[in-house]
Amino acid sequence: MVKREHWGTRYGFLMAAMGAAIGLGNIWRFPYMTYRSGGGAFFIPYLFALITAGIPLLVLEIGLGAKTRRSSPLAFEKLTGKKRYGWVGWWATIGSLLLVSYYSVIMAWTLSYLIKAPTLAWGTDPNTYFMKDFLGWTGNPLNLGGIRLEILIALVVVWTINWLIVGKGVRKGIECVTKIMIPLSWIIIAILVIRSLTFPGAMEGVNWYLNPDFSKLRNPRVWLDAYGQVFFTLSVGQGAMIIYGSYLKRKSDIINNSFIIAFADSIFAFLAGFAVFGTLGFMASQMGVGIDEVVVSGAELAFVTYPKAISMLGAGSGIIGVLFFFLLLMAGLSSSICLIEVSTGGLMGSFKMSRKKAVTVACGVSLLAGIIYTTGGGFGWLDLMDNYINYFSLALVGALEALLIGWVFEARRFRIWVNFTSEIYVGRWWDWCIKLVTPFILVTTLVWTSMSILKAGYPTEAPYPSLALLLGFLIILAGMIAAFLCVRLTKVDVTREKFEV
Amino acid sequence: MTVAAWLMLTIIVCVLFGGMAYCLRMAMKKRL
Repeated sequence: MVKREHWGTRYGFLMAAMGAAIGLGNIWRFPYMTYRSGGGAFFIPYLFALITAGIPLLVLEIGLGAKTRRSSPLAFEKLTGKKRYGWVGWWATIGSLLLVSYYSVIMAWTLSYLIKAPTLAWGTDPNTYFMKDFLGWTGNPLNLGGIRLEILIALVVVWTINWLIVGKGVRKGIECVTKIMIPLSWIIIAILVIRSLTFPGAMEGVNWYLNPDFSKLRNPRVWLDAYGQVFFTLSVGQGAMIIYGSYLKRKSDIINNSFIIAFADSIFAFLAGFAVFGTLGFMASQMGVGIDEVVVSGAELAFVTYPKAISMLGAGSGIIGVLFFFLLLMAGLSSSICLIEVSTGGLMGSFKMSRKKAVTVACGVSLLAGIIYTTGGGFGWLDLMDNYINYFSLALVGALEALLIGWVFEARRFRIWVNFTSEIYVGRWWDWCIKLVTPFILVTTLVWTSMSILKAGYPTEAPYPSLALLLGFLIILAGMIAAFLCVRLTKVDVTREKFEV
Repeated sequence: MTVAAWLMLTIIVCVLFGGMAYCLRMAMKKRL
């Protein structure tokens, strides 16, 4: 039997797990979410969600990996002693593979923009440049309009980097690289925050970011958004923390590590808000408009609004652009290598593949699946699949794993075990968070989103054609069926294996 | 920035950085 790989140091594990958690959402989603949901007041639901759902799920996933020392499909089989529950782990694995196939395309955009940043190649109209010249967006996902060669080449480069890092293994590859990437990301965000706050009009932007509006907290949607933000930012429901937890040495701490990862992720997002709103405040003051007219989130913030703001800076604008896109690339890469490791670990564990073979299969499949996103209709597919994966894979897996541990394995048993090796302890409140709060919130969000798609389509303002929505759902359904097949095809039986406590 | 914004900034910094400092202190203390 091949000896299981381990993290070299605790610091190495923390850097890798922080890398998995800190992603694009921290930079382009959290600041906007805060602004939209009551400014500084949003931190109340955010912290509440972090304590009642984010950290409990993080403890669950890292603990599940560390206890079973298996990748997510086998971890569920081993813990429950029933092969059928492996489906949850397989769906998490396939979901992460679908996720990384479009996530890597955003990395490819970032890489292209990183090269363009020194010369501000997007010109005076970054919106037209991004949507028409760069993406060639046809306005309809069903109208593919041909492959964009520039994006495809960048995508192949991104996948080669992923393949090289994950192929090197846990200690020499993932740990070694994240130990450089994550401290570097913290340094860059610190530089961007300090520089942004010195722009004229920056403090006005920060005021919009932090000024509390407590009346917004009466809206249940704000609380659901806080739970959604916490859930997606911590990379739970993807099997990522399970596989990283499975490489921990026996008797490693679980709970304190989970708290450190959650706090680091939140602090990073909080700081990113200063960089984003400082820059938006500057841009609004230059244009003589209110910040509400320039504030956006997601790809539009990174590839349209931010480049526009950089262009207004004058001298030194290229350096700020390079730093910003390099930060996005680091944040994205550290998350994508984790997502690839989920599939690699799953294939190695369940089908007895070598690491080289498993990583080649995972990267190859994701690269091929990602080609559709490099076409003229790719932007629509990316947006659509991101919405579907977030809810039908991540939220569903999160709810199911909480229910499995909470009710089938019993939360109390699991809590006693994780407390045994940890530096700080969780009490009975953790049991109730896992048994009731987390599944309730995730199922509510899932039902709410499904109803909204059925009623008004997606996106609600200008829905994509029904055929595209249906095709996207069929891909999700095919993934779920493939997860069943994987359970049947698994060569390894771990249901009677003993726990190494 | 308004007084309310400064107040929120102070509270958030205390909670996030204070929480992180406590966890790091526990990690230094026990070192399992």
